[in-house]
Amino acid sequence: MPRGSNASAVFFTRLWREKPLGSACGIIILILILVGIFADVLAPYDHMEPHTADILQAPSAKYPLGTDYVGRDFLSRLIHGARLSLIVGLAATTLNVVVAVLIGGSSGFFGGKLDLAVQRFVDAWMAFPGLLLLLTVMSIVGRGMLQIIVVLGITGGIVGSRTVRAAVIDIKENTYFHAAQSIGSARWKTFFRHVLPNIAPVVIVVFTINIGGVIISEASLSFLGFGLPPSVPSWGAMLSREGRQFMEIAPWLAFWPGLALTVTVYCLNMFGDALRDLLDPRLRGGGGRIGAAGA
Amino acid sequence: MRPGPRKWTSNDEWHVRAYIIRRLLLTIPTLFILTVLVFLSVRFLPGDIIDTMVSESSVYGDAMDRAAFERMLGLDVPVYVQYGRWIGVLPTPDWRTGESRFRGLLQGSLGRSLVGGRLPVERKLVGRLPVTIELGVMAIIIGLVIALPVGIYAAIRQDTAADYAGRSFAIIGLATPNFWLATMVMIYPVVWWGWSPPMQWIRFTEDPLENLAVFIIPSLILGTGMAAATMRMTRTMMLEVLRQDYIRTAWSKGLKERAVVMRHAVKNSLIPVVTLIGLQMPIVVGGAVIMENIFNLPGLGRVMVLALSERDYPVVSGINLLFATAVVAINLLIDLVYPYLDPRVRYA
Repeated sequence: MPRGSNASAVFFTRLWREKPLGSACGIIILILILVGIFADVLAPYDHMEPHTADILQAPSAKYPLGTDYVGRDFLSRLIHGARLSLIVGLAATTLNVVVAVLIGGSSGFFGGKLDLAVQRFVDAWMAFPGLLLLLTVMSIVGRGMLQIIVVLGITGGIVGSRTVRAAVIDIKENTYFHAAQSIGSARWKTFFRHVLPNIAPVVIVVFTINIGGVIISEASLSFLGFGLPPSVPSWGAMLSREGRQFMEIAPWLAFWPGLALTVTVYCLNMFGDALRDLLDPRLRGGGGRIGAAGA
Repeated sequence: MRPGPRKWTSNDEWHVRAYIIRRLLLTIPTLFILTVLVFLSVRFLPGDIIDTMVSESSVYGDAMDRAAFERMLGLDVPVYVQYGRWIGVLPTPDWRTGESRFRGLLQGSLGRSLVGGRLPVERKLVGRLPVTIELGVMAIIIGLVIALPVGIYAAIRQDTAADYAGRSFAIIGLATPNFWLATMVMIYPVVWWGWSPPMQWIRFTEDPLENLAVFIIPSLILGTGMAAATMRMTRTMMLEVLRQDYIRTAWSKGLKERAVVMRHAVKNSLIPVVTLIGLQMPIVVGGAVIMENIFNLPGLGRVMVLALSERDYPVVSGINLLFATAVVAINLLIDLVYPYLDPRVRYA
């Protein structure tokens, strides 16, 4: 058996034993991903098809979650919403990681004047309230899938660069880093060999925890009418247009997309937490009593 | 015998003063970059948006051609001149008379709104400010009142049922979109009991109780959302502190849990939480925008969304600048009181 798969088997066994809730959440996420991938097969109806005879139907055997104001099957729209949320969440978070490692990594690694200048920029960026910045930029670049991924990806990446920078600076304190420097290892080699693998746990945690935040950001923007285009079944937009407009007649239209969002983000956060607890030895177990510190 | 706290020496005074000066100096480039960001964010409008604005202007009755429109917006000069005018270090010519005056940020001017009689932006915003501040302050207070006790308790009882309950609350709070919670509060009480939250905003000076009644539900929703993050931070900080050697020493001295937690752990772990309040300011602002729009509160967030849909970009940059400066100022304030809270910064 190759060593890699053995190590991951050990990891998943530990995850399952020590963090059952986190693991359960991991499974729910896996199911959600599968729902997203097979949305076309799983959705009982075409999510765009208006059934004009069945407008704002209450949940029934024919329409498990009812229909919206033009008679589209709500369950089908919810299922396609899962696909959208996951695509936006994963794509924007991947971009986050790239941007964060580029900015935070170089800033922390090279330090000095570059660090000072870059950090002033990050300071200014972080002072800009996220939602306002997103709203402003989205209103200029226009609604759209690509736009929202790029905007969320870059914005979150700049904010996340702080965490990466802090992690890199931490690594630079270590003896192995000084050792690599004193044997004259090339800078890029030190970075890729010694820094990058060691900040990987931090990056993984930031990555998994960020996905939830990104999904909520997209939903908030779509809710306010500046996210994905109106035709697209985004959970946030479903809550705003469809849910709030007809909320007294058809309260379920506002309920389900919000619940779907909450469950998705909850599971992403729990899974991220479980990963962090396993990857960051400082936070592992113990009640802070005598002995725990030395254990 | 327990040694008393170290006295504040003139050497410490010098350190603190150096720290404050350094911190103030660092704020200058941040503010400068901030103004550039705010300025650029709306200055690179794609051409077709200006076309739309031109065609929309004819609908409102005062038709202008593109060149006149660009002159009115001050877009007919290079970007750095535009920035200089916006800041107020270069004179701005009046687009009708051609008369030049210094009218920028430094003179307290945020420019003029593009719609509705071209009012100065600052005049459009100033009356809305108290609404957003009231909402934000109430939310922060509610957030702290919930978060601190729960966070501390969850940490000292790590991995017990109480810890799981606290963490579950926090992580559900973090996962629940505030706009969904707000929508649910507006829908279900009406459906179930025929009750709906008060939506008619009223001035505090007119009827304080009615005013608070309008604010309490959006503040609670916003506050519980923030409590989630603060609670997690408090818990993590407590856990880190509880692993320190001096806590082990406190235990080995045979101190009661209460003394260890309250005297040694809480004091030290809450210092970073103060910083978190500063870091949460952007979240408060974003949440306020959403709450104001759902609960019909006439604050800056409402103006913001309206201005964005009307493409009233001077108002948009005005609000952005206002909020961003507020965030910088609050974080600066927190950093400046920090050495007085945390001796380790003072003696460094």
